[in-house]
Amino acid sequence: MCDFLCWRRSDLTSCARIGCVRFPGRPLCSRCPAMPFSAQPPASGERYALSASLDNARHLSSLLRAVHFQDHATCLATASGLRVTVEDAKCIQANAFIQAEIFQEFSVQEESVMFRISLSVLLDCLTIFGTSSLPGTSTALRMCYRGYGYPLMLFLEEGGVVTVCKINTQEPDELLDFDFCSTKVVNKIILQSEGLREAFAELDMTSEVLQITMSPDKPYFRLSTFGNAGSAHLDYPRDSDLMEAFHCNQTQTNRYKVSLLKPSTKALALSCKVSIRTDAQGFLSLQYMIRNEDGQICFVEYYCCPDENITEAEL
Amino acid sequence: MRFRAKIVDLACLNHFSRIINTIAKLAKTCILRLTVCKLYFILSDKVANGGASMWCELSQPSLSSSSRIVTHDIPVGVIPRRMWNDFREPGVPDFDVSIYLPVLKTMKSVVERMKNLSNFIVIEANLSGEMNLKIETDLVSVTTHFKDLGNPPWASEDGCQSSAQGRDLESMAEARIDIKKLQQLLAGQQVNPTKALCNIVHKRIVHFILLHEEVSLQYFIPAIA
Repeated sequence: MCDFLCWRRSDLTSCARIGCVRFPGRPLCSRCPAMPFSAQPPASGERYALSASLDNARHLSSLLRAVHFQDHATCLATASGLRVTVEDAKCIQANAFIQAEIFQEFSVQEESVMFRISLSVLLDCLTIFGTSSLPGTSTALRMCYRGYGYPLMLFLEEGGVVTVCKINTQEPDELLDFDFCSTKVVNKIILQSEGLREAFAELDMTSEVLQITMSPDKPYFRLSTFGNAGSAHLDYPRDSDLMEAFHCNQTQTNRYKVSLLKPSTKALALSCKVSIRTDAQGFLSLQYMIRNEDGQICFVEYYCCPDENITEAEL
Repeated sequence: MRFRAKIVDLACLNHFSRIINTIAKLAKTCILRLTVCKLYFILSDKVANGGASMWCELSQPSLSSSSRIVTHDIPVGVIPRRMWNDFREPGVPDFDVSIYLPVLKTMKSVVERMKNLSNFIVIEANLSGEMNLKIETDLVSVTTHFKDLGNPPWASEDGCQSSAQGRDLESMAEARIDIKKLQQLLAGQQVNPTKALCNIVHKRIVHFILLHEEVSLQYFIPAIA
């Protein structure tokens, strides 16, 4: 029995039973469908821990794809927006930030709401009407989460067709804290993404590691791999056109597992700029600035631990 | 030599290839029936065992007319005349609901995504032009609602419009089917059919009819408990 108030079209008669959104002031019915968005009033929201609307679901799905290298993700919603975190091997963490301003409506009842969810299933639902972007068409999205133990509800509409999804949520994982703040940064550069895209797309996957050298002196910024066919080095001079900012204080060389960093290529492909930072321990932070179809800016960041197998003597 | 045909017109050849491609997505082998004016491609897995069956009809004029000669010898197994009764045109089942399909492109996208989430899909529809596609697993449930699809008018034997006379317009007939079979059928449709509809026998079978100018394709998918 559905405890939400609802209606179907202009009749207040029977309707098909599915998950539904609450519309105050309407009679109870035992079966309720989802309504096309044009007919939906905004839900009052007081029963929802998280409630959000987005005119173009791609603003969310494209960012989530940029961090989709594991099946599960942890979602954190606060008044500032949504953060979706994916981790692997206790060494790498990716975060996609979709700030509240991107949404047409975004409301979080408590200070924060957190749950774990299958990112694969979430993406399949968000892209239920397909991924090709025909000009002028977009999928509208409404997202509702009642709180701990409840499923995440998605209402998607395109061309008058409505899809309702109910995705089970789980206890959120404890997340890694890389403790990476700007005061601890040793070296930082900002590059235009087009400069790095080819390099990352063609990374020698037979190399176990990607070695990153950052230095106030030559070679300034160098990417190296050591694969079956030999070692490859790619240098970016500090005065290169692609270099937007160069703040290197100390020569650092660190190695990171290629298999862990490779998924960041998706975020790189979407982005216009990337900031590369390392701290004293060699932890790596990659921050990607992504402009969506409407010109709004969102961020995706990847944090990676240095590969411990390499000793100082080898470097 | 019992049968010989020549397709010569390039457009006809392309048309024929498209049809074969569509059928190839549904079956690895099938029965080819040749009559004076029509070609039939038939697939009949044992429906009782959960297999789908298909009946595709082409009229000859669409295949005839110009010329390049490539010869392929394809091995066939000739079916003796005494077994021809097994391969008759299927009758239209006594369905509960008949409804036009939604825009195939949309239906295709939705079913493809649902296929990632579940092995089975429920198709339900009523005589008010509404159809729902539903999947449900432990992890997730997804329902897509199509409205204003229209219900084709079927004339009954005595000439008056019928099928399911007196049936409550809102009441849904449903069938739970193998999602892969539905996805294969939709994937094979490269060109939009002139008419596309399905007949649902509640919890028994879904009968799809896709009509193009010269070709009709019928596909039966049995319901799974």
